[in-house]
Amino acid sequence: MSQLDTLLEVLSWFFILSGAFFVVIGAVGTLRFPDFWSRLHAASVTESAGVLLVFAGLCIQAGFTLITVKIIIIGIFLFITGPTSTHAIANAALVTGLRPKEVKGFAGVEPEPLTKNPADPAEPE
Amino acid sequence: MRLVGAFIVFMALWLLLSGVYEPLTIGLGALSTLVVAFVTRRMDAIDGDRVDARLNPLGTIGYALWLLIEIAKANWTVMKIIMSPSLPIKQHMFSIPYTQKTDLGQVIFASSITLTPGTITVETEPGHFLIHAVAFTSDDKAALADMDRRVTATEKAEQK
Repeated sequence: MSQLDTLLEVLSWFFILSGAFFVVIGAVGTLRFPDFWSRLHAASVTESAGVLLVFAGLCIQAGFTLITVKIIIIGIFLFITGPTSTHAIANAALVTGLRPKEVKGFAGVEPEPLTKNPADPAEPE
Repeated sequence: MRLVGAFIVFMALWLLLSGVYEPLTIGLGALSTLVVAFVTRRMDAIDGDRVDARLNPLGTIGYALWLLIEIAKANWTVMKIIMSPSLPIKQHMFSIPYTQKTDLGQVIFASSITLTPGTITVETEPGHFLIHAVAFTSDDKAALADMDRRVTATEKAEQK
């Protein structure tokens, strides 16, 4: 029985540490990426892989208890609210006129979004 | 009937989250659940808005597993971009048509795009989504069209 316990312990620490690794990667990406739009993507690494792996590790630590149920409920909640908040931030940036720097060969946004309002006072010059 | 169902679901959720099973706490839980069910009913009388949840349960679970694998793959790709010294990003915005009939299906598709690192749904317009990709490649559109097909497949056929 103790061998199984060791195995579970190793497995859960593997998950927690690799989750922590992805959280750090997300932070490094947020610092390294050049502008707002690409930084959003770095943050989503933390939000998906980091959260998933850390929660998987914590579930194994907790075993078959109510705590595991709570962790899973929090996980589902984060998987619904995470994309929603990311979308809200990205949409706010788009509406205020912030555009990503497109690489050579791509001419602007295709198609130009309908929400673009030239008379918007928040639009930067 | 709907109210009784809501009460049972709220109560089950309360019992799962509480973990303290003494008469006083369960009584307080039942009381607060009743208040929540009452408030929900009152709100329903004002807007009557309901989510049209026509999803195929088995298909949805299969889709969730597929999505987890996709998230893992996309994470690996973005991690490599972050770690590489030259930072090979190639930002691009493009639009992807969606084929889901229900609001819930569209929400699932848009959220799935945002959940996979590397792509974010920026804007929803009638008939298509505006996507921002951090490392755009020519097969991104095909991959997203494949995801669109899979989400549509989880929707149940319309009942008449």
